[in-house]
Amino acid sequence: MFDVAVIGGGVVGCAVAQRFAVGGATTVLLERGSDILSGASKGNSGLLHTGFDAPEGSLELRCMRSGYAEYLALRKELNLPLIETGALVVAWTEADLLKLPGIVATAHRNGISDVHQINARDLSVREPRLSKRALGAVVVPGEHVIDPWSSPLAYAERAHAHGAQIRRQCEVTGGTFTGDRWELETTDQLVIARVVINCAGNYADLVEGINRQPSFAIRPRKGQLVVFDKAAHDLCTAIILPVPTAKSKGVLLARTAYGNLLIGPTAEEQEARNIATTDEAALRALIEFGRSVIPDLEGCFVTAAFAGLRPATQFKDYQIHAQPHRRWITVAGIRSTGLTASLGIAQYVAGLYVENFAPLGDAVAETQTAVPNLAEVNPRPYQQVGHGEIVCHCELVTAGEIEAALTRPLPARDLGGLRRRTRCMMGRCQGFYCQWRVMQLASPYFAENPVRPHAT
Amino acid sequence: MPHDVIIVGAGPAGLAAACRLHRSGITDVVVLDREQWPGGVPRHCGHRTFGIREFGRPLTGPQYAERMIRRAQSVDIRTGVSVTKLQPDGHVTITSQQGVEQIAARRVLLTTGARETPRAPRMVSGTRPSGVLTTGSLQQMVYLAGMRPFDRPVIIGSELVAFSALLTLRHAGIKALAIIEPGSRITARRPCDLVARWLLGIPVLTGARLVAIHGARQVEAVEIEQTGKRETIACDGIVFSGQFVPEAALIQTSHLELDRGTGGPVIDQCWRCSDPTYFAAGNLLHPIETAGVAYREGAAAGASIAASLRGALRLPDRRVRIHVVSPMRYIYPQVIANSAPPPNGLMFNARVEREVRGRLTVRFDDEAVWSRHIHALPERRVRVPAAGLAVTQEGHWEVRLDPG
Ligand SMILES: Cc1cc2nc3c(=O)[nH]c(=O)nc-3n(C[C@H](O)[C@H](O)[C@H](O)COP(=O)(O)OP(=O)(O)OC[C@H]3O[C@@H](n4cnc5c(N)ncnc54)[C@H](O)[C@@H]3O)c2cc1C
Ligand SMILES: Cc1cc2nc3c(=O)[nH]c(=O)nc-3n(C[C@H](O)[C@H](O)[C@H](O)COP(=O)(O)OP(=O)(O)OC[C@H]3O[C@@H](n4cnc5c(N)ncnc54)[C@H](O)[C@@H]3O)c2cc1C
Repeated sequence: MFDVAVIGGGVVGCAVAQRFAVGGATTVLLERGSDILSGASKGNSGLLHTGFDAPEGSLELRCMRSGYAEYLALRKELNLPLIETGALVVAWTEADLLKLPGIVATAHRNGISDVHQINARDLSVREPRLSKRALGAVVVPGEHVIDPWSSPLAYAERAHAHGAQIRRQCEVTGGTFTGDRWELETTDQLVIARVVINCAGNYADLVEGINRQPSFAIRPRKGQLVVFDKAAHDLCTAIILPVPTAKSKGVLLARTAYGNLLIGPTAEEQEARNIATTDEAALRALIEFGRSVIPDLEGCFVTAAFAGLRPATQFKDYQIHAQPHRRWITVAGIRSTGLTASLGIAQYVAGLYVENFAPLGDAVAETQTAVPNLAEVNPRPYQQVGHGEIVCHCELVTAGEIEAALTRPLPARDLGGLRRRTRCMMGRCQGFYCQWRVMQLASPYFAENPVRPHAT
Repeated sequence: MPHDVIIVGAGPAGLAAACRLHRSGITDVVVLDREQWPGGVPRHCGHRTFGIREFGRPLTGPQYAERMIRRAQSVDIRTGVSVTKLQPDGHVTITSQQGVEQIAARRVLLTTGARETPRAPRMVSGTRPSGVLTTGSLQQMVYLAGMRPFDRPVIIGSELVAFSALLTLRHAGIKALAIIEPGSRITARRPCDLVARWLLGIPVLTGARLVAIHGARQVEAVEIEQTGKRETIACDGIVFSGQFVPEAALIQTSHLELDRGTGGPVIDQCWRCSDPTYFAAGNLLHPIETAGVAYREGAAAGASIAASLRGALRLPDRRVRIHVVSPMRYIYPQVIANSAPPPNGLMFNARVEREVRGRLTVRFDDEAVWSRHIHALPERRVRVPAAGLAVTQEGHWEVRLDPG
């Protein structure tokens, strides 16, 4: 029997599981996919937000602030990068310009006091490649870029190092509450836990149904993104944000930790919870928009295009509550800021747990918890003496890195998982040069071997 | 001490250049390749479509690569070395088992080849399942690793390489369901389609556009649009063939001038880049030519480098630009250096964006100085002879194609 069963291995579930394992609770993380990050957390923009524009007094703002602080405190131990880009909220119209003082005021009320406005001239000094149509901007020095794949992986491995079990391909299909514990039916074996934490992302309302009539409904909101090749990386320094409208935060341009430039995301409501398709027209519109912001993007090559689904609900704020009598904690509606807020959410959830169920202490890590670095700002194996064979030339991924990703405590078990752990095949050629070699090294480790030998 | 020459890429172009340099008495030549074996793309093309011109008989890619390497026996070829940055004056950054190092040469030749456009930059709608490859990765999986990635794929595009994909699939015992080509005719020369249709029994669907990919984990179907009608073809794989782009990442992040049209470096008639210590040849210059052409270009560039090391190739004080306008897609050499007379038989090589019948004209300061009626097809060579044109003369040179 476990103290805690966390349902869902997205960034939120990984951070929560890690918090409980570190707190000494016996913890199990249950994920339906063949790997963690099978849902919303698989594809996002990779930004560490300050919360400068979050709704005042919201739980979201609170979790973002504490999540941000904990990321900075924890990242060295876990070997996670921080690319200190800052952000610029750029005014493109006179109407936008009128809104900038309000943005600064909100930021200050939210406790981010270094946010300030600059004029068009200072903006063009900071970002010389930005379209000259820009009329001014708000500077948010604390908005940064992080590695969206390594962070949750590091949290999950940290959970593991503190004794948590991570079960993949383990979908929770039902459950019975016996008064002092939950018996969860899964596609694997029965899981018994004293407390259940629902972090099921786009399925959170369905999972909530195991416990009660859900008080919210998930309304997946798709975001499509285009990633430009490394030659575009230097076209801007800061994250370029638009002035938000009532409906959406709008499309941004940002560097990635992997040395690319990204444009997106879109915001499109849809029914399906697990299928995020890309759409030619939307991708072309993103590129068009990108060129209107940075004209020199013309002629830059696209490396990747992808889509993710934000687990939104009818409510603006996060839906996080404990039901003491049912020994259940709901963590839902972590729509568009979960990468930033996850560690803060975990703190908040741990607070609810201590308040309602049991105390938490401090466990000692059993193994080392640092993850391999994927970011360009920090040293990578290809630079070292005796680094061995470089397999992926676009992203300079070595055979050693691939080997490690396949044999670490939470190993990759499919190509997607391997790509997220190493960046292999994520570059401009998308496997033209290296896929055969990657598959040769990795397929013996994969559960579902996607390639079989041919006869000749 | 800088080397005489560093060659980046041990494909047909790089190896041919190295051989030519050796024959000219320049032996301090280092050929670098990031793969574990030299030979370039031919290493993984298993069919007999190489070598007629260079070795006088049809060879498979691996046989061809082996012959080239044998010819380059005395050359210092270093594999497992990735060039990561090009700097002015022949300084290049490499990474190898020794870690990151700077090395330098009096001349650097870039022969990094070309690759196919994968799915993402083609902006195809739909899900992103596995089972989506380019011909290049398919060939390596089949010929180098003996893998069978799928059973019933479709092939997108009908350049020559699409038929190369068909042969590769056949070798693995896989039958493609169809070749899907958006144009009204195949891009490769006939009778490729007839061979596909009658010999291999594979339908070639022209005027068919891929509109979406379906499938959660593995490809389950493609949706195509043909004469306004949508159709779904159940399949388990997709080969994106062709739409080659130069492997020019090094150029994009360097000081060297890049040509938007070709996607490769700008060169003059002596294969020199905008920094005259750098030269370029082979498919890096142009999507795309056969290995034979890359080989010949490499040899010519080698000869030019030898001349420049002997001091027989002066630096230009002017470079005259040759402009092209739509529907011309690109032309190269893009510039003519005034310091060297254009070699006898110099040809400009060009491509068009789409099928056009019309008059191909060379204009100098708005005056037509040469013209010819042509029927141009995409991915087919369009040649403009430089003979008789005073191309070193300063002014506005333009090559255009007016339909009609
Ligand atoms: C395009 C886009 C860009 C974004 N950019 C940013 C950004 O820059 N910065 C930022 O902070 N945030 C960003 N976000 C938001 C962030 O990605 C999300 O808030 C976060 O991923 C939500 O995580 P989650 O763990 O709640 O959900 P998920 O990642 O969806 O995790 C839920 C998991 O539960 C599993 N699951 C579901 N049902 C079951 C079951 N019955 N049994 C077992 N497992 C189950 C799922 O498979 C899934 O893995 C972005 C989001 C999108 C879509
Ligand atoms: C799938 C496919 C099928 C083809 N089929 C045929 C055919 O049947 N017949 C035919 O005649 N032609 C064919 N071609 C075209 C032919 O392969 C090429 O024309 C020829 O290989 C081009 O030679 P190259 O020397 O320019 O480049 P490549 O052969 O591509 O060689 C470039 C070399 O540079 C190396 N390199 C690149 N970047 C770096 C770096 N940064 N550092 C170190 N090394 C680097 C690469 O590893 C590679 O070895 C085919 C091409 C493809 C892609």
